[in-house]
Amino acid sequence: MATTANVLFSTLADPTRRAIFERLSRDGEQTVRALTDRAGVSQPAVSKHLGVLRHAGLVRRRREGRQTHYSARPQALAPLIDWMGHYAAFWRDHFDRLETLLNRMGP
Amino acid sequence: MTQHTAATRSLVIERELPHPPEKVWRALTQTPLIEQWLMKNDFQPVVGHRFTFRAPPMPHWNGVTDCQVLVVEPHRRLSYSWNASGEAAAGGLKTVVTWTLRPTRSGVLVRMEQSGFRPEEEQNYQGASYGWQRFISGLERVVAGLN
Repeated sequence: MATTANVLFSTLADPTRRAIFERLSRDGEQTVRALTDRAGVSQPAVSKHLGVLRHAGLVRRRREGRQTHYSARPQALAPLIDWMGHYAAFWRDHFDRLETLLNRMGP
Repeated sequence: MTQHTAATRSLVIERELPHPPEKVWRALTQTPLIEQWLMKNDFQPVVGHRFTFRAPPMPHWNGVTDCQVLVVEPHRRLSYSWNASGEAAAGGLKTVVTWTLRPTRSGVLVRMEQSGFRPEEEQNYQGASYGWQRFISGLERVVAGLN
């Protein structure tokens, strides 16, 4: 578990890799070429980043003819997500908002 | 504060607020007021009523939480189920949110308990989807803390 988390952290610590992963999560499956056009780095560099993401389980690839398509696997982030921690922050934020509302409301 | 039991776990948040319980009850049960501090909703304080909370959609989550009113004891206790909706609903989060109001000398003690977290839910797909944007935005800070 700790090892998995470390791999995920180190993989996503790189801003280019994070941008690629974010883009795949947001926009769905993409070819290497489409990703290269937007990444601002060379195609070999993008391919290398995709290899690292794939090693961490964050993306999967699908070959179709000469094209390789990549898609995100956001579920690979699961080891880093703690539901209770998430909701603890969520409810604290919303308790603050409830207090603000109560202060604004009439008696 | 968390409580541990064999099968499920609960999240409890308590806060004492300098307001009468009746006023807090309104904020917890009137649709336009709920929207102001929590989310868009079609809540009604009627046991059995099914309703949704709606947040902006994000990747792999439509932003909808499916709920059903379980308990309505005016000015004292309110409870509803709180379940992930959409494509991930099948394996998604299924919890119960219970609000308890206890009058105090200077106002009311508001207690929110969200119960039913199963250990495996911390690793399910829906969890990753819901939390991942927040995670990404906080990643640099977290990574900085690791070094």
